[in-house]
Parts: sequence; C-alpha cells; structure tokens
Amino acid sequence: MNAAGVIRPTRAEVSTAPRGGHPGGALMQDEPLIFELGGWDRTGIDFPGEPTGADMGASDLAGLTRAAPPVLPGLSEPETVRHYVRLSQKNHAIDLALYPLGSCTMKHNPRLNEKLARLPGFLDIHPLQPVSTVQGALALMDTLAHWLKTLAGMPAIALSPKAGAHGELCGLLAIRAAHEARGDGRKTVLVPTSAHGTNPATAALAGYAVVEIAQTADGHVDLTDLAGKLHPDVAAVMVTNPNTCGLFERDVIEIARLTHAAGAYFYCDGANFNAIVGRVRPGDLGIDAMHINLHKTFSTPHGGGGPGAGPVVLSAALAAFAPVPWIVHVGGRFDLIEQATGAAEAALGRMCAFHGQMGMYVRALAYMMSHGADGLRQVAEDAVLNANYVKARLAGSMTQPFPIGPCMHEALFDDRWLEGTGVTTLDFAKAMIDAGFHPMTMYFPLVVHGAMLIEPTETEPRRELDRFCDALLELAAAVRAGDVERFKGAPFSAPLRRLDETLAARRPRLRWTAE
Amino acid sequence: MRYLPLSDTDRAEMLAVIGASDIDTLFADVPAAARLAAPVDLPAHAGEMAVERALGVLAARNRPAGAGPFFCGAGAYRHHVPASVDHLIQRSEFLTSYTPYQPEIAQGTLQSLFEFQTQVAVLTGLPTANASMYDGSTACAEAVMMAARVTRRRKAVLSGGLHPHYAEATRTFAHSAGVDVRRLAAAIDAEDAVVPAIDGQTACVVVQTPNVFGAVTDVTAIAAAAHAAGALLIVVTTEAISFGLLKSPGEMGADIAVAEGQSIGNGLNFGGPYVGLFACREALTRQAPGRLCGETVDAEGRRGFVLTLSTREQHIRRDKATSNICTNSGLCALAFTIHMTLLGGTGLAELARINHARARALRAALAAVSGVEVVTPRFFNEFTIRVPRPAADVVEALARRDIIAGVPVSRLDPGAGMDDLLLVCATEMTTREDIDDFAEALAVELAV
Amino acid sequence: MRFSKDHEWVEVAGDVATVGITAYAAEQLGDVVFVELPAEGATVKAGENLAVVESVKAASDVYAPVSGEVTASNPALTDNPETVNDSPEAAGWFVRIKLADPAEADGLMDRAAYEAFLATL
Repeated sequence: MNAAGVIRPTRAEVSTAPRGGHPGGALMQDEPLIFELGGWDRTGIDFPGEPTGADMGASDLAGLTRAAPPVLPGLSEPETVRHYVRLSQKNHAIDLALYPLGSCTMKHNPRLNEKLARLPGFLDIHPLQPVSTVQGALALMDTLAHWLKTLAGMPAIALSPKAGAHGELCGLLAIRAAHEARGDGRKTVLVPTSAHGTNPATAALAGYAVVEIAQTADGHVDLTDLAGKLHPDVAAVMVTNPNTCGLFERDVIEIARLTHAAGAYFYCDGANFNAIVGRVRPGDLGIDAMHINLHKTFSTPHGGGGPGAGPVVLSAALAAFAPVPWIVHVGGRFDLIEQATGAAEAALGRMCAFHGQMGMYVRALAYMMSHGADGLRQVAEDAVLNANYVKARLAGSMTQPFPIGPCMHEALFDDRWLEGTGVTTLDFAKAMIDAGFHPMTMYFPLVVHGAMLIEPTETEPRRELDRFCDALLELAAAVRAGDVERFKGAPFSAPLRRLDETLAARRPRLRWTAE
Repeated sequence: MRYLPLSDTDRAEMLAVIGASDIDTLFADVPAAARLAAPVDLPAHAGEMAVERALGVLAARNRPAGAGPFFCGAGAYRHHVPASVDHLIQRSEFLTSYTPYQPEIAQGTLQSLFEFQTQVAVLTGLPTANASMYDGSTACAEAVMMAARVTRRRKAVLSGGLHPHYAEATRTFAHSAGVDVRRLAAAIDAEDAVVPAIDGQTACVVVQTPNVFGAVTDVTAIAAAAHAAGALLIVVTTEAISFGLLKSPGEMGADIAVAEGQSIGNGLNFGGPYVGLFACREALTRQAPGRLCGETVDAEGRRGFVLTLSTREQHIRRDKATSNICTNSGLCALAFTIHMTLLGGTGLAELARINHARARALRAALAAVSGVEVVTPRFFNEFTIRVPRPAADVVEALARRDIIAGVPVSRLDPGAGMDDLLLVCATEMTTREDIDDFAEALAVELAV
Repeated sequence: MRFSKDHEWVEVAGDVATVGITAYAAEQLGDVVFVELPAEGATVKAGENLAVVESVKAASDVYAPVSGEVTASNPALTDNPETVNDSPEAAGWFVRIKLADPAEADGLMDRAAYEAFLATL
C-alpha cells in the first residue's frame, strides 16, 4: 500500500496477456438497425435559410416530383454518433491486432496520410474545374506516377483504375488494343490454376476464353505446360509474382521470353508487390502490364471493403494504349488530355469518369515519401523476414504444401495435419477469433487443399508475431489433444456466434422492411 | 523508420530462428539479373514534417471550391458534409478493417452495409441494392453488361443526355464483352430520341435524369416502350440529392437504377474516391454485380448480417462471374450511410428543395445578364446556359477573377458542336453573394 | 433408375426422363442454396450443361445425361432448394426431358454399377 492508501499490484501480478475473444467484450451492445430507432419524420441537420425572400417552391417541376419524402429515419447527432460508435466496436481491424490475410497486405495505415488527404487543396477540388486552378493536383499525380514507374522499372502508367480488378481489366484491354492495332484478333488468355478469381473473371469480361496453366509439384508455373499452350491464339499470359502460394516464380524471365516469342503479352497481377518492392523491378522481368494495389503495398486503408486504387504500369509496347486521361507537361504547366485524340489517339478509351482516385493518390504518395527508396526496400525485406519467421515457428506443427526453401511475404499451410482430427480449416480459423486474431486467408489458393495463407506484413512488431505464433501453436496442440468442440462451436466470444450463411443464401433478405 | 517496428537486433535474431545467414538468402529465387543491388533512384525517407511541407506546397497550388464563388456540377457536386461523418469514418474499426468475410467480427461493417442497402433501395425505389460499386460511371457500365446477360441481347442504346464520361466508360467495358453500344446525339432534350431507337434487339436503354444538361425527365413512357420491346430500362442519376425531390427511378419503371452517391457524405476529391449506387428489381437479383449483404441468424438465434449470394462473384464463379469486382467503395458507402442517417428522408427532401431554390435564384440572376440564354427548361440544381462566346474562354476569364463559373460542354464533349454551352450548378452551399458576383462578372466579361 | 459418371440419375417412363443429382453428389455439395434450371422448351444434348447447383461457397455445373426437350422444371426447388439435400433422388428432381432417343438411358449405369463406381472414388 502506498502513501495514499492505494493498493498497487506488483509488476508480476499485472497480466499483459489479452483477454481471449473480442477486445472490449464488456462494451458490446446489441445495437438495433437505424430503422428500429424511430426518427421517421425527423432530421439531424439544421438547414440554412433561403437566399431571397421569394417563394422558391418546386412548382416548375410539376409532374416530376415524388409525392412524399423518402421514407427513411433521421437521427440527431448524438444518436447517430452513438449508433455508429457501437457498431464500430463489433469490428476487428488492423489497429487492434495482426491481420494475417494472405495477399491482402494488411499493413498499418499511417495517420499522416489521412491528415494530408483532407487538406482543402486536395479534398475540396472538382475534377472539372479549370486545369489552371488544379496544377498542384496534377503535379501530385505526376509525382506519384514517377515514383510508381521508377519502382516498377517501366516507362508508362495508367493511373485511373479504381481498384485492383479494375486495373486488371485496364491492363487486359490495353493488351487487346495492342493486338487489334496489329490486326491480330487473338481470343485466349492463359491463367495459372492458382490464380486469384479476379484474373479469369477479368479475362472473361475482356472477351477472352480462359485456359489454365498447370502448376509444378513445388508450387510454380509449369513451363512445359505453358510452352505447350502458347499457340498463336493466345493474347496474354496472366501471372501473379510472387505467386499466390507465396513463392517467387524463379522462371519468370523465361515465362516472359516464351510469351513474347509467341506474340503474346505478359500481364502480372501485382497484388504481392509488397514482397519485392525496392528489391526487384517488374520491368526487368519482362512484364508488359502490372496493376499495383495502392490499398495493399502502399498502405491506403481497406475501409471495410474499399475504396481501393489500381494504377497499371505499362511497358513501351503498351504505353500508347493507356486509357485517358493522360497528364502531360507542356511549357512548365500540367495539362490533361481527356479524349482519345492527338498524342492519346490510340488510347483504349476511358475506364471511368474523371481522373481516378485522387484521395488514394495523396495517401500513397505521402506513404512513399515517408519511406523513401531506402525505406521501401526495407519494407519488402521486413515483410519477407516476418513471413519466414512465422513459417519457421509454425513449421513443426502445421503441414505445408511447399515446405522446401524460403517463402516470400506470405507463408502457405494446408490441412493435411488436420486429417482425422475432426477439425477443418474453417473450424481452426473460427477458433483463432476466440484467441483475438482475425483468421488468415482460407481455402485460397484453390490448388491447395484446405489452404491457410498467412501474410504478417512488415508493420508487425516481433512481439505481435510471437503472440500470434504462440496462439496458433496452442490451438494446434488443442486440435491434437482432441478438443474438437472448441473448434466446431467457435467462435464463442465474438459479438456473434457462427452465422448461418446457408439461410442467408436460401432466403435472401437484403434490406430492412417494415413488416 | 517510424512505420517499421523491427530493430536490427530483432532482424538478426529472427534470421537465426529461420536459419538464414542474411536477408538476401530469402530472396534467392529472384534471378540474379533482376536483383537490385541498391535502393532505386528516388529520394530517401523523410519525417512527417518534411512530407507535410512538400504536399502542403502542392495542395496550396489548387484553388479549393470553398475559396470563392463556385458553380461546377456535371457529375460531382459540392455539398456540406456534417462534421461527425468524417470523425466516425476515421474510427480505427471502420477505417482499418477488411472486407467482412469473417462476419462474426465484422458486424459493424455488415450492419452498416445493410443500412446502406436499405437506404439505396428506398431512394431508388428498387428493392435489391448492392454494397456499392466504384462510382456511378462503372455502375452504369456494369448495368449495361447485366442487361445484356439478362436479355441475351447485344445492343445497348445510350441517351444523348447521358454524361459523356459515363458513355465512354460504358463503351470501354462493352466493347470487349461483345455488346454494341449506340450513343444517341447530345441534346438538351435528348430523351425524346430514345423511344424511336428501341427495337427487338435492344438489351437496354440508358437514360440519365436529371441529364448532363440538367434537364429533368419523366421516363415512364420510355420504360413502357422498352418493356414492350423486351428491353430493360437503366436510369442514371449523377446528383444523389435529387432523390429527395424527384420521382424515383423505380417509380418510373426502371429495371436497374445506378447513381453516383458522392453528394451524400463524400467530398469532391478531384474525382475520387466516389461511391457507385446500384439497385435492381428483385427478379434480377442473382444477375446483379457486386457484394450483397443479407440478414441471417447465428448459432444462438441472434440476428446478424453476412455477405451472401457470393456464388455470383469472382472468387467463386471466376470466369463465369457476374462481374470481376472485388474491392468496392466500403468507407465511402459508410460515409453515405452516416450522412443519410443524419438527414433522414425529410431532411433529404428539404435539402433537395433548397438546392432547387438556389438553382432557380441562379437562373434568375444569369437570365438577366445580356447575351445569356438559359436553355434547360426544367432542372433540379444544375442547368445549361448559352453564351455568345466559347464557354471555355468565358470560364478561363472568370477563373482569373477567382470565380469558378461551371463546366463548358466542350470539356466533356468536344465533338458535339456545343462550344457555346456552359453547365452551371448551385447547391445549398451557394450564397446570394456568390450568385451576384458571378452574374456581375459575367456581365462585365460578355460586354467586352 | 440409371446413373451417369457425373452423378446424375435418370428415371425413364415411356419417352419422358426425370433427371436429378444423386445422394452422393448432394452430400458432396453440402447445403444447396439455389438451383438454376433451364427454361421449359429448351433443348439439351447429353454431356452439355443442364443446370447449375449452388451451395454457399461453390457453384457446380450439372450435365445432361440424356438428350431431348425440357418439358418441366421442378417448381419446388425455387422456394425450397433444400429439397435437393433432403430428397435428392425423389422430391429433389431437377427436370423432365422428352427423350430424343427413348433407349438412350439404357447406356448408363444401373445402381449396382454406380455404387461400384463410387467405391473407386
């Protein structure tokens, strides 16, 4: 007891181990929908008065107006704030703990980025105000383009795609435009069996038939299979590198050579760029187009499902086909070419309205400038180090499909070690929730049975990596000890127990209705 | 480095645990020819202060909309977003969370998405709304692709009143997917030309109201004609505030409604990130693109929400998916939802009424300027004026007086022969002084 | 009842075949949430896509085991796709097909042969 009569625990008594389950469990609220809180004829906004005293009703729009206001509740600010704060407390997030999602690159989202994106000079400018009044914005986009082209070792870039999948489409459409310009109407795209679903979906959207390339026993693209499938009808080969098994495609230069020899183009899915940024340039590997996920490698926040940004770096062969707008620098000023005319005559068209995801460009450039060339190289090194550390710590307990040699920025496990235990990959993942962690990516890539893909990223301290590995080792031991119910019934301590996805799909209820 | 927690001691110890002599051995699979020996030729790392200074300089070279009279619309709109919206979306649990694939620990995101979908369904008048798309223009393109799938036809007719960027984005998507896009001639009253363009091969007609020139149309007759021919009607709305005053797309017979949601909850941001709204008739639900959030129960019978009908999507259906979309616009959708919750239906109606009133005040002031002709008969908060000189020149001249006068049609559609037309917009943020300053400067400029 | 290697069953009465998926297939799929069936009047050829069965996490193609014209789709599956799990080889039928060749089903496996085939998987 100290002088004030307060009993303080000794250092040994204070537990720093987190409570199992969702942090802040005691604060969980059973929060209704806004439609269940009343407020049907109310609003939480105080409106300004009229500019003149004259009657400015909508009588000139007779016949075009709705009969009554939309039937939606309006809540006061205190009610609204409380509602969404309570909801937020039911979410797990990177700011709470390591988020081991493979190929998602859940790194820390620097708050400087948020501050700078909100400067009125970036936030409050309209895409169509005169170009002379937004020279700073165009300069920023040009600077970002320079950083991305330099890191990629490629001469051109399309900034406008709004997400990775949008960027994949942009890249494939540029490839298609290049073939059409040569009068070459090829109809097939080759995609590895391990590819992310957006790859074949994008190829189909771009009007191509998809043919799969086999994988070798050690998790790489099968060169023989690829060579055998590279006939004159192939427009492009789409590869992820490092691949979705977390391995660098060591034959990538040969893949590029074979692809080009067949008159096709080499598209790279850049989702895993975090493993090689600053250490390898995609341009040096013979890649013709690669989208970069700014919300992965370059730290822009995931926001519960976006917004993302997917600029596409392009080789010299594809540069002319980049979609508008193009940013050009003429006589000391920046300008925008917004139609496919003049210098941009061969442009494939427009991917979306306006110029792209400016809000994400500010954040990504702030991130890049903060790290610098040296820091970005360190990012890749620490990301790869962290993944290999996790791999080494878990290797004795969990089986791996490709155990030999190092992984890149993500470690892949399969479910062979779960055979006969009654516990599936899904069950194991749900039990991780009770241990305070978001599950890793499950059942992807499809080529590995019961896949578990773990990407720890470079912003994880060693202490957190150890906490994560300790938790998984304890869970694995529990599996071996036969404690099946702990897994089958998981999660027990999250805001909700396991949810019935079958019911949701059989009887879809996609909005609230008053009945 | 402030974002990299590992120390050199950590790194050395971890390498020892891995059994690697140095970091380069972990990169052994990289071909020797491709290994960079040193950092690339870009500046070295910088502290917060330096980065703030550098980007602050760039921000200062832009003229924010709030710095003076401002009249741009044409697909992006300057509205007041309540302070609490931005605070709430910056909560860690919303800002730094992932797509809600593990629903038990993502009920915050999922419940707010369910609220979003409900709001969008009510505003558009169509029951199935998805969890957002990138923006209005790609939502429009996706709607056309969906109509082609549903009707098994390959022709799409785009009204001449559709925003040119939306038409161009749609054409980009449709071209390679084998859908033939026919864009009708641009005109203030372009909607009149739509019905005659429908035939038995038409998959869909795409009509924007209010259109890019600001004109408001009742598309009920177009809906009837489209349906009679077995085609779908897609209605596009670029100014979401208009949902508070005008008949909803669903009420007018739309099969699919797409919209730009930016006006609610989201700033101008030089064109992005924005949020695409997408809603359709119930029978079309399984052909809809994008994520869908649905209601269900957990193992103890408590209500919860999950992503559902996922077999439409790329991660399951791969090359047969309804779209390739993965990441959408989650945080922007949340901002929309929070702002819409503060507004409520009556608040949105009032906000819409004020917008319309401000635009009418603007109209009165500009119509009184010698040489100016207002050409849009019935509008919501933006309209078109004809000026006696190229509108682009007028805009440049007024910009030199620190007045952002609007968007010349020639900027969006240089080939339309409408160089003398200017699109102007007023919102609840437009003041009497702004209007007077604009009219006065325009009068001076046109008198020269 | 006859069976195909793709786990469809066929029950022939005169020149009309009723087609569905086997209990083994339903078991493999897990909870069925939706079945996409062809329209009445559609022509199908043996080996081509007939329907798509969806569970929560997967969509599987079902191939026509016989050729002919679809005369009916099972209306129960629209509102109650779980019928496929509850009664895959009876109430969970998918379509009725007017056979182009009434003897075509004879070339498929009988139950004993199908069970022997399942044992090899």
